[in-house]
Amino acid sequence: MKDMERIIRDAAGGLPGVAPELAIAERAEDEGLLDVAYASVDSPLGSLTVAVTPRGLVRVSYDEFRERDRTLEELAERVSPRVLELPAKLDPIRRELDEYFDGRRTAFDVPVDWALTRGFAREVLRATAGIGFGDTGTYASVAAEAGSPRAVRAAGNALGSNPMPVVVPCHRVLRTGGALGGYTGGVERKEFLLRLEGALL
Amino acid sequence: MGVRLPPFQALLDEHRSDIYRYLVATVGAVDADDCYQETWIAALRAYPGLKRADNLRAWLYRIAQNKAIDAHRARARRPLPVEVVPDQGTPPPEVDGRPELWARVRELPPKQRSAVFCRSVLGMPYDELAVVLDSSREAARRNVHEGLKRLREELDR
Repeated sequence: MKDMERIIRDAAGGLPGVAPELAIAERAEDEGLLDVAYASVDSPLGSLTVAVTPRGLVRVSYDEFRERDRTLEELAERVSPRVLELPAKLDPIRRELDEYFDGRRTAFDVPVDWALTRGFAREVLRATAGIGFGDTGTYASVAAEAGSPRAVRAAGNALGSNPMPVVVPCHRVLRTGGALGGYTGGVERKEFLLRLEGALL
Repeated sequence: MGVRLPPFQALLDEHRSDIYRYLVATVGAVDADDCYQETWIAALRAYPGLKRADNLRAWLYRIAQNKAIDAHRARARRPLPVEVVPDQGTPPPEVDGRPELWARVRELPPKQRSAVFCRSVLGMPYDELAVVLDSSREAARRNVHEGLKRLREELDR
């Protein structure tokens, strides 16, 4: 029967490919089955993978810093495995990011889903979200704001694992005394963002 | 708890072309589009509840097979059987290659249709095919053999 198997295999080469209009993500969205929608967003800091849930923005990731597949796997494990690419769903956040990088926006209006954060780290990141455009805080100040003034190192770790850099502005948190400290996407990105905001000359 | 499911998009990217070809082969171009969407939506619906992450391909083809069976049943209920169309000499234009061969495949019993495609086109191991067919490994092997034999006989006629 090997010859028959070959005939069928060869004939399968003539079967048509999937028509592009048979997109699954839109239908999934209509049926309420899309738990995480993601897309690529270009920025002056390189390509970003951005993800939203029905509750809001859940992830912003520098592709250069973290492989996109790894970002998506993490979302599948920690939020929901129903992860699909649907660029249209990311239009609002893409627009806000474009405006921000163009210097036409100083605050983000998209809702945020804190699903990838927990405990003290979440409190630190919430405190960080309260630091305005052009301002800066310190690891000590966000630790205090989050309720544990002495947990400065833990605050640093929380900022280092910020799942939504740029939008949750961990780049605005510096060392006491003014040294830049570290950054999820590399310190040169932190400098870029602080310059963009006029907080660093 | 312990199961680590890949992002659904990864599954879709990896298998969408083959699933579509499987459906065109087993239900025909007319019904393949609907079956394709139904397959993926059903898979997405059930996905978070999966207890294991191995055998995802077999799981997908099992769903596709069920959608194909539904389509065959629905067609049997329609007043004019669409199966007649290929015999009238005008195959659907988008299917090139061997339309008459796929028409024969579609006339096989459901398990033989899947068995023949999954084995010949995907090179699926019998253990995996057994999961698709919800049968023993031996029955999977038999379905492949019977399906191929019947196609061989019909082509020789």
